[in-house]
Amino acid sequence: MTTLTFAVRDSATMTRRSLRHVLRYPVTLVVAVAVPVLLLLLFIGVFGALKAGLGAGPHVSYIDFVLPGIIVMTVAYGSSVTTQSVNRDSTEGIIGRFRTMAISPASVLNGHVATALVRTLVSVAAVIGVAIGLGFRPTADAGRWLAAAGVTALLVLALSWLGVAVGLAAKTVEGTTGFILIVQLLPFISSAFIPPDQMSGSVRWFAENEPFTPVIDTLRGLLTGTPDGGTVLAAVAWCVGLALAGYLWARVLFRRDLNR
Amino acid sequence: MTSAITAAGLRKSFGGKAVLDGIDLEVGAGTTFSLLGPNGAGKTTIVQIMSTVVHADGGEVRVAGHDVARDPAAVRAAIGVTGQFSAVDSLLTGEENLLLMADLHHLGRAEGRRRAAGLLDQFDLADAATKTAATYSGGMKRRLDLAMTLIGDPRIIFLDEPTTGLDPRSRRMMWQTIRELVAGGVTIFLTTQQLDEADELAGRIAVLDHGKVVAVGSPEELKRSIPGAHVRLHFADATGLDAAERALGGASRHDDTLTLEVPSDGGAVAVRALLNRLGDAAADVAEVSVHTPDLDDVFFALTGRPTAETTPEMENAR
Repeated sequence: MTTLTFAVRDSATMTRRSLRHVLRYPVTLVVAVAVPVLLLLLFIGVFGALKAGLGAGPHVSYIDFVLPGIIVMTVAYGSSVTTQSVNRDSTEGIIGRFRTMAISPASVLNGHVATALVRTLVSVAAVIGVAIGLGFRPTADAGRWLAAAGVTALLVLALSWLGVAVGLAAKTVEGTTGFILIVQLLPFISSAFIPPDQMSGSVRWFAENEPFTPVIDTLRGLLTGTPDGGTVLAAVAWCVGLALAGYLWARVLFRRDLNR
Repeated sequence: MTSAITAAGLRKSFGGKAVLDGIDLEVGAGTTFSLLGPNGAGKTTIVQIMSTVVHADGGEVRVAGHDVARDPAAVRAAIGVTGQFSAVDSLLTGEENLLLMADLHHLGRAEGRRRAAGLLDQFDLADAATKTAATYSGGMKRRLDLAMTLIGDPRIIFLDEPTTGLDPRSRRMMWQTIRELVAGGVTIFLTTQQLDEADELAGRIAVLDHGKVVAVGSPEELKRSIPGAHVRLHFADATGLDAAERALGGASRHDDTLTLEVPSDGGAVAVRALLNRLGDAAADVAEVSVHTPDLDDVFFALTGRPTAETTPEMENAR
């Protein structure tokens, strides 16, 4: 077999391993769906009454407006799970064992990211299912659904590779909390819950320019409106850029001496 | 003798502090070699360099004929590592851990299952095969760890303090496994801070202290190399004791136990000469025993410190 087939085979083995972890502790998956659903209920309850003047237009219900943000938060939560499982592998020493074996380098990291993709997309699908039950009325056709799934997957890759790098870099699980907090808080200062043009000053500037805003706007456009070309481009550029940065960082960390 | 492992001028510093300061080692294929030293001596760092997970700052290391820096993949294909920095996947069952290793060694499905089942039996883990490793005791985890190393049938095995923290029964079992592996032609590179373990298992021992090899040889050679060896003669009565003391001179006498202690290297020639002199003097010896220094004495003589004393942990933060 060639190096490439070994690389694919080892990555598949590692993906099976990580998926087994998910299936063994399904509570992780339940929490990954329950937390975004609770947030969804909370925001519908709190802001739903104020929906007039949110810029989304009176014909759009607040759940339609807020769901893309909830999807992004589901992805953010998923990346924190990935970060912690990479960190556990790293601190428990199993990554040390893998590195003494004649296997495709970094296949263990590929396995984590592939698993994150599956796990997070399943959570997102479940959250959307619940949202439809709560009154979410997407207008997307099959092509737009597919595009929305693609953008979501790109965001998963971006946050997962960053999470993998942070998981490798942190010496303890406590060391990962900074990243997790940032990723989970960023959606709150974005276009997730209210349009940034209703914010003021520096908060508005931040919300307009942070990476989650174009992703949320793109998903919103695809699912319940008309996507804006420039916004889609910005979303894809952010995701690809962050994914690449995370991947390269993780690669450097993985290649350095063990325990350094 | 072909060498399984050679190191020449091996150097490594962490944060400006030299952990390994010019290490030269040679390990013959099919032998057990033990690196003996206290915490912080650099044992784990040597294993990490030889198993390709840490880069040396200087020197050359060849494992199974391959340079660890230039051809780490070939080294990895020949080795197995169990020890302090190796580990099991605690979220998987014992069996799943072994099958994971089988898959990563690209064994076929049937072959992987066959080997996993055999190793679970061999390491007394068959009853716990379907329980997650998180529920295992320390001894069970260590046995699973070694079983995971063995599934790829490595020709060179690094065991980094394999029995630290094990109960006596698990320790005996680990020793027995190591002997069986060597009998099967495997080369064992063992690190330990337990002198009896090195004495029990190793054909050759290198004593490591502060990043330097301070002595190397067989356990017997090391013990003979330092003063303190003596022959103890036990007599049935005071008459024999008196006669022997007159004949030998320079011996220390213990009246309460009717024994004489005579300085000697404990070698066969010296003991025979000693017994001949006693025979000439007609001193009837009831019992003769040779006391060579144990490795504790060796370690103390070489480093000026008992092994129990540990230096600040610089071997590695984990």
